[in-house]
Amino acid sequence: MITKRIIPCLDVKDGRVVKGINFQGLNDVSSPVSLAEYYSGAGADELVFYDITASAEGRGLFTEILRQTAKSVFIPLTVGGGINSLADFDRVLKCGADKVSVNSGAIRNPDLVYEAAKRYGNQCVVLSADVKRVDGVFRVFAKGGRENTGMEAIDWIRRCVDNGAGEVVVNSIDTDGVRGGFDLQMLRAVCDAVSVPVIASGGAGCIEDFIKLFNELPGVDAGLAASIFHFGQVKIQDLKKEMAKQGIPARI
Amino acid sequence: MIAIVDYGVGNLFSLEQSFHAIGAEVTVTADKDVLRSADKLLLPGVGAFGDAAQKLSDTGLAEEVVAQANAGKPLLGICLGMQLLFDKGYEYGCHQGLGLIPGEIRPISEVIPTGLKIPHMGWNALTIQKQSKLLQNVQDDDYVYFVHSFYAARCTEHTIATAEYGAMLTAAVEKDNIFGCQFHPEKSGRVGLEILRAFTEMKV
Repeated sequence: MITKRIIPCLDVKDGRVVKGINFQGLNDVSSPVSLAEYYSGAGADELVFYDITASAEGRGLFTEILRQTAKSVFIPLTVGGGINSLADFDRVLKCGADKVSVNSGAIRNPDLVYEAAKRYGNQCVVLSADVKRVDGVFRVFAKGGRENTGMEAIDWIRRCVDNGAGEVVVNSIDTDGVRGGFDLQMLRAVCDAVSVPVIASGGAGCIEDFIKLFNELPGVDAGLAASIFHFGQVKIQDLKKEMAKQGIPARI
Repeated sequence: MIAIVDYGVGNLFSLEQSFHAIGAEVTVTADKDVLRSADKLLLPGVGAFGDAAQKLSDTGLAEEVVAQANAGKPLLGICLGMQLLFDKGYEYGCHQGLGLIPGEIRPISEVIPTGLKIPHMGWNALTIQKQSKLLQNVQDDDYVYFVHSFYAARCTEHTIATAEYGAMLTAAVEKDNIFGCQFHPEKSGRVGLEILRAFTEMKV
């Protein structure tokens, strides 16, 4: 049986991991390479590197750290942030990314998902959607959640999957950062609409939030989080042991 | 030296790095002379069967790989590279494979219950079906990383491990000096590296 995946997400700016990370035993806590090695050894099933750099120089640094990471970490690597064209896909895939996640780039250029899926295969294209309720309707937000596109989210996600997105990351802006649990209502709506893997993001605060996610929504394939892993509130080994105890398939 | 056959499909960076990580000498090449002088061959592959088979044949590399394999050189196919080892594949039509292992590549939708997602993607446990050289350091329930929508059918005789996904899917095969993994050892953490190490160190 395929396992439910646990995915830590690293935000990288100018080649360094941002958001203070609090680990003991790591020499360089802002080195993406050291952190990736740490998480790989700690049982992460996949890693997401999110490039939040704005400059071309920073982008070059990001590509270089990706290459360094791919030399020492042998689990799937997904890269997002600043992916606007097939050239961006090419740039990160050549440096060891296995999947590429698109967000604002797909909103600006609706053909991007289709073109990328055609060239690299559906399994390589991950749609990342930032979703927020506005007057009771799920809306897609762009530019890191700052701009309401006005598009209805479920329809947008379904369209991207039809165009070849092989996986969907649903990031609920409503629950993000609150640590009160994943947005089960929003995730259920997405699971009902698409048949590709769905990755839940936004809201995890403790182990029980993951257990509840996988128990209540069997259609969700993975849980993604950042700071609760980085700050050690949730240790991946503990989380997976608890999943296994509750009968949720986990790679231990 | 292990030669990774470069016939223009997919990204070979991770695969190359995984051999570096276990201290193996490896080269990515489309040069037949290099393939001839290599101790072992690795056939990668991502994408669709027909397209890949065509590229392999157009470059003349198919012929060379088959000749080397028939002469007894160890050959490991990974993912689509494993599927290409078989007689034929039914992805967008029917296409000839290399014919090194009897069997055919069929859609997993034919054998798994509806409702299960396709592709079969993620970490799944191996069930060892018989003793083998390739999986000598692997145990039942070791996890490896899969991404595929087609599987090797009618090859029970040479199946050394399966993975359960609504059906028992062929996960690894071995026939004399010919080896194949449906999963990605280069993305399967420690277990995957152990498999590549077994291939690197084996004497055939």
